[in-house]
Amino acid sequence: MKTKKRHILPGFRTSLSWSLLWLTLIVLLPLGALIAKTASGGWEHFWGTISDPEVVASFRVSFGISLLAALINGFFGLLAAWIFVRYEFPGRRLMEAATDLPFALPTAVAGIALCALYSQGEWIGKLLDPLGIKVAFTPVGVLIAMTFIGFPFVVRSVQPVIQELSADVEEAAACLGASRWQTLRRVVFPPLLPSLLAGVIMAYGRAVGEYGSIIFISGNIPFKTEITPLMIISKLEQNDYTGAAAIGFTMLAASLVIVLIGNQLQSWGNRFRKAL
Amino acid sequence: MASFIDFRNPPGSDRRADCSVRANSEPCWLRRVIIGIVLAFFILFLGLPLVVVFEGALAKGFSTFLSTFSDPNILHSIFVTLLVAVIAVPSNALFGIAAAWVITRYSFTGRQLLLALIDLPLWVSPVIGGLIYVLLYGRRGYFGPWLQAHDIRIIFALPGIILATTFVTFPFVARSLIPLMQAQGFEEEEAALTLGAGGFQILRRITLPKIRWGFFYGLILCNARAMGEFGAVSVVSAKISGQTNTMPLEIERLYNDYLFASGFALAAALSFLALVTLALKTLAEWENRRQFEAGQQAVLETTIHITSIEEPA
Repeated sequence: MKTKKRHILPGFRTSLSWSLLWLTLIVLLPLGALIAKTASGGWEHFWGTISDPEVVASFRVSFGISLLAALINGFFGLLAAWIFVRYEFPGRRLMEAATDLPFALPTAVAGIALCALYSQGEWIGKLLDPLGIKVAFTPVGVLIAMTFIGFPFVVRSVQPVIQELSADVEEAAACLGASRWQTLRRVVFPPLLPSLLAGVIMAYGRAVGEYGSIIFISGNIPFKTEITPLMIISKLEQNDYTGAAAIGFTMLAASLVIVLIGNQLQSWGNRFRKAL
Repeated sequence: MASFIDFRNPPGSDRRADCSVRANSEPCWLRRVIIGIVLAFFILFLGLPLVVVFEGALAKGFSTFLSTFSDPNILHSIFVTLLVAVIAVPSNALFGIAAAWVITRYSFTGRQLLLALIDLPLWVSPVIGGLIYVLLYGRRGYFGPWLQAHDIRIIFALPGIILATTFVTFPFVARSLIPLMQAQGFEEEEAALTLGAGGFQILRRITLPKIRWGFFYGLILCNARAMGEFGAVSVVSAKISGQTNTMPLEIERLYNDYLFASGFALAAALSFLALVTLALKTLAEWENRRQFEAGQQAVLETTIHITSIEEPA
């Protein structure tokens, strides 16, 4: 059946060959260069590069603080998705549209805006100074930038699932004597969990690789606020292509794992949704 | 049963600000608290950064703001950004249509792999998007010696910026077309084929009108990313103002040189673009949903029509 259906519409060859040509030029060939360059350095060099204390410290910032940012986004994203679907209030549509701002706003713009907001003596920095809290050029600043950049993922992942929840199970729970909190915790929340986790993982993946919105507010202090993408750039500036490739390859592998976990969670969530 | 439920306003989830105590919705005070928390988050993380940009741009008066855009270096950065977008967006749009066509119309081995590879630039760090081209075309890259011998510059020049931008914007059009074209099916295309239409005729007169809002959605997202890309481009650009700086790179230079008013003025221009993008994107989403619902309605009406014809007999 399938083989017969394949060629009913014209253009299979043209569209496939154009797609493959473009894919090869833009994605496959350059990625091949990354893998080849990493391999050309040999294992010793690879391990030596990524176990360098400064690089390890940057992994801690990029992979550690991102996780915290993703969890913060999980909390606020869930609340935002919930009120967008369930509550009616003035400005709801505007807020819904504004959710995607971190996708649309160029990262360099977000970077200088956040830096200006939280620097000492500036807008929010001024309010935090008397409390002795410093944000700009500290890990807290990195956390804020990573939270900004990952926010839309959770809302976009959870919102459609909340939309699909049928009201009758909640009514049934209420009829059977469950309090609202019990209903939320034991009836509403479980089906949301896979998509919530998927959203958190996607926000995490985005924050791990983020560069533009972080480097201004972070101040790029070695061992403290230097992120891994910046290490790649500094290796390139030293003309150490193999070192840059080794760090890039490590990030690529880590991102691949993150995205595979995210996809797995999503298909788990889809199974869940079908069962409802 | 399903038809009794209004999905936009399910009975159990009373959206209206009805504050009577109900067992299946949160009490009114809690609603207000939750809305307040989310609103505070939005203002802090999404609202204030925008306000800061526009305030910074206009801090020294409107004339200073305007004079930013007569600086030749800044004008050149705008030109570079537009040029890059003009090349990267259409080429990715053509790729997007071809890829969406081949993925949704045929089944072949490697289809899943092709889908996964299209997604790749979405989850890879943009800095890696620049790095891979340096490894290929840089001075010490694989093609470096050959390029140098022929006096061709790709890295630290415009071609590198275009390539890196094309990489990061690669998935947008394809990703917005694939689910749409999958949902729409291709009965109309097959009908056109039986009536004697050729491949390009089908594409131009049947498919493109069908997918126009999804296509438009992909294009504006692709364009916003192309004009705003920073990480990938900062790796492959020599960052020379007036030569290889795009708008985001020029913003970085101005900011690092403490030329805050100009930096924020240029940032305001890009923020304005982002706001327009969001507005158009929301419009495209509404149109898409409207078309989809109209399609469903039409199917429903046809079904009712058919059953009512059959019933008297």
